[in-house]
Amino acid sequence: MATRRPSDKYVVRKEYNEPIEAPDLTIKSWLRWLWRQLTSMKTALWLLLLLAAAAVPGSIYPQRSADPNGVTLYFRNNPELAKWLDKFQLFDVYSSSWFSAIYLLLFISLIGCVLPRIGVHYKALVSDPPAAPTNLSRLPEYKKVDIAKADLSPAIEYFKERKYKVAVVGNEIRAEKGFLRESGNLLFHVSLVGVLIAVGLGGALNYSGQRVLVEGETFVNNDAGYDTLSPGFLFDTKNLTPFSLKLDKFSATYMKNPNNVVKPIDFRANVSYTLQGKTEQALIRVNEPLQIPNAKIYLTGNGYAPDIVVRDVNGNITFSGPVVFLPQDSNLTSIGVVKVPDAPKQFGMMAFFYPTVGILKSGAFTSIYPGLAIPVLSMNVFVGKLGLEDGMNTNVFELNTHAMKQVAGGKSGTKAIQLQPGQIKQLPEGLGSVEFRGVKRFASLDITYNPMELWVLIFAILTLTGLIIMLITPRRRLWVKKTASSVEVAALAKSKDQALGKIVSEVAKAIKKKNK
Amino acid sequence: MNSTVILNPELATFSRILVLGALTVYSVAFLVLTWSLTKKAAEGKKNKSANRLENIGLYLMGFGVLIHFVGVLTRGIAAQRVPWANMYEFSITGSFVVTFIYLVAVFFRDIKYIATFVSGFVVLIIGTANTLFYVQVESLMPALQDYWLVIHVSVAILGTAFFMIAAALAAILILKSGKRKFKLLKAFPAVEKLEKLSYQFNIIGFILWTFTLIAGAIWADKAWHRFWGWDTKEVWTFIIWTIYAAYLHATTTRGWEGKKAAWLTLIGFTAIIFNFTIVNLYFKGLHVYSGL
Repeated sequence: MATRRPSDKYVVRKEYNEPIEAPDLTIKSWLRWLWRQLTSMKTALWLLLLLAAAAVPGSIYPQRSADPNGVTLYFRNNPELAKWLDKFQLFDVYSSSWFSAIYLLLFISLIGCVLPRIGVHYKALVSDPPAAPTNLSRLPEYKKVDIAKADLSPAIEYFKERKYKVAVVGNEIRAEKGFLRESGNLLFHVSLVGVLIAVGLGGALNYSGQRVLVEGETFVNNDAGYDTLSPGFLFDTKNLTPFSLKLDKFSATYMKNPNNVVKPIDFRANVSYTLQGKTEQALIRVNEPLQIPNAKIYLTGNGYAPDIVVRDVNGNITFSGPVVFLPQDSNLTSIGVVKVPDAPKQFGMMAFFYPTVGILKSGAFTSIYPGLAIPVLSMNVFVGKLGLEDGMNTNVFELNTHAMKQVAGGKSGTKAIQLQPGQIKQLPEGLGSVEFRGVKRFASLDITYNPMELWVLIFAILTLTGLIIMLITPRRRLWVKKTASSVEVAALAKSKDQALGKIVSEVAKAIKKKNK
Repeated sequence: MNSTVILNPELATFSRILVLGALTVYSVAFLVLTWSLTKKAAEGKKNKSANRLENIGLYLMGFGVLIHFVGVLTRGIAAQRVPWANMYEFSITGSFVVTFIYLVAVFFRDIKYIATFVSGFVVLIIGTANTLFYVQVESLMPALQDYWLVIHVSVAILGTAFFMIAAALAAILILKSGKRKFKLLKAFPAVEKLEKLSYQFNIIGFILWTFTLIAGAIWADKAWHRFWGWDTKEVWTFIIWTIYAAYLHATTTRGWEGKKAAWLTLIGFTAIIFNFTIVNLYFKGLHVYSGL
């Protein structure tokens, strides 16, 4: 609105009112010019739009933080393009230098804009409403009542009843209301800075780790207890809360939906944990992490761990224990690897596990239900160097069969070894025997802690509070001016205020009524 | 807790019929309201028969929303949970809320003239949901079994409803302040009024959207072991929030009020629709709840 006075703009710092000096191109004046540009509303607006646009590519390209497998796959499928995208940090958009630059500039702009406003707002709170502009008729709402020597007391009463701040100076009433609007606005912006700081600090002070636990296994909360552990750079893993946690039982419930598709309904991990010498039972579900001091334990995945025993020809056990199999589909067809380095002849097995086996048209096996109805284990056997000594093949989920010879399954001429729970079968080439003792379930657990989390939440709630206060409080200034022959009532609002016209009429009416 | 859920596919089919019934009524309302608009444009805003037509259209919408409500309710009963766990349900509940909020708002603000837009939008949403998104009732997957589903999603729907009304007002504003003066535009109020109204709906939408974002973060912390992880849906919720934040700045920045701010409203609402359709269906992420 063109009628708005300069002092009603957010641009209120003193230097704006100083006369424009001849351009002297010293560094100081340049910096000052730059600072003014940066802290202006228009810049904030552009930076917000830029931030919105900059966030888009992160939803198009897979991100290392949210979807590392997607990034690997992208590199495999488009190696040339991926190399270029990576140069522009398009797989790490939200930690990229350009994205960071935009939000840091935005926050500097915000702080530069908000800090001086706190002082201005404080002054406005303690001082009287400002004097009326010379030409009231140019304000957005204006009424003139032709009464000579009017009594203005009804207007004062009207304002006081409605909790306006009122000052009477000579023939002029100045009234102002809605300071909460600016208070809320400042609270909103300051809290946003709080959110940013808390999130940033949280990233440095937090940790998150993953561990796969088979039923019966125990996890101890220290460096070595994790499969992967990523601490923030200010987190010392010596400070991990000492506790241990045993997975007693994992159970899953499945249901067929009306379209005959099987869907999981519930996952439950029954655990017992020991903290400071006391052992307690707990249940972890998908939306119900276990909270203990300085650690939250989440259930993030699950699958099967067939219990396998391998014996050599003399009956000596060369491998024994449950093996974690990685689920491949929603019916939990799973793949696992058994490596037997301590046998007379090194060998490995690449195995498929079908909790409920079904046969495809091609004759191949698949799982047709994620629960354990007809469990079958099918193993391909490879003989040759496992390469564990020279650091190859160290990934427990992978068998590097490059230098190995397949002796069972595939095109080896011998059928893959198929076992049901409780069965023992002989291995080819005098490798001994393999027993499928039974099936256990495993649970993938995420253990995380972020000491700043509560602060992020507090600041977020303050942000929302500030926002609500600011957006529902109208800030209004009204003036009533008495001249020799008439009374003028005029009003100015800081936002799109629908009630402004009504208020001006009401005040004018009250004065008219009293001065009849 | 969910192992005892008994789904009721027959009731779900009945619900679908009701929703289609509502769709029919809304379509008729849309035609009547369009007729009223053209009449107003030709014979002036005060034209009696045009206003009568407008009221008939609004009553039809009111009748439609009643059937629609029963349709949404029976869908929830059939599934034994809140009726917004997949895209079809989100669409029918969302379009119900849009119509309901609009019809309530008509009593408080002078916005009868956008009834055509609202009914047209709702017809489009229900039509798309019914043909492209329809799925039978299903039980909830473990990640969705939480009370935050009720809070987070319902507030998101409510926010979208307010943004929709604001976007309709902004669209008229842009047309009205354009160079070409279409005859139809005479049926609408002045630009200043549209600007104020659009702002009022947008700020309520923005408050609700901010809440959605925070509630989503709280839920993500429970279900996905972090409160924010730049999942594609989180990214787009953030983008939408940022666009509307820019809009709010625009309304108090000289040179950006009016038409430019109205454009931002439209961009913001487009991003919402994009988030609900393209992101749901084609982008990879954790929010894979379309049910398709």
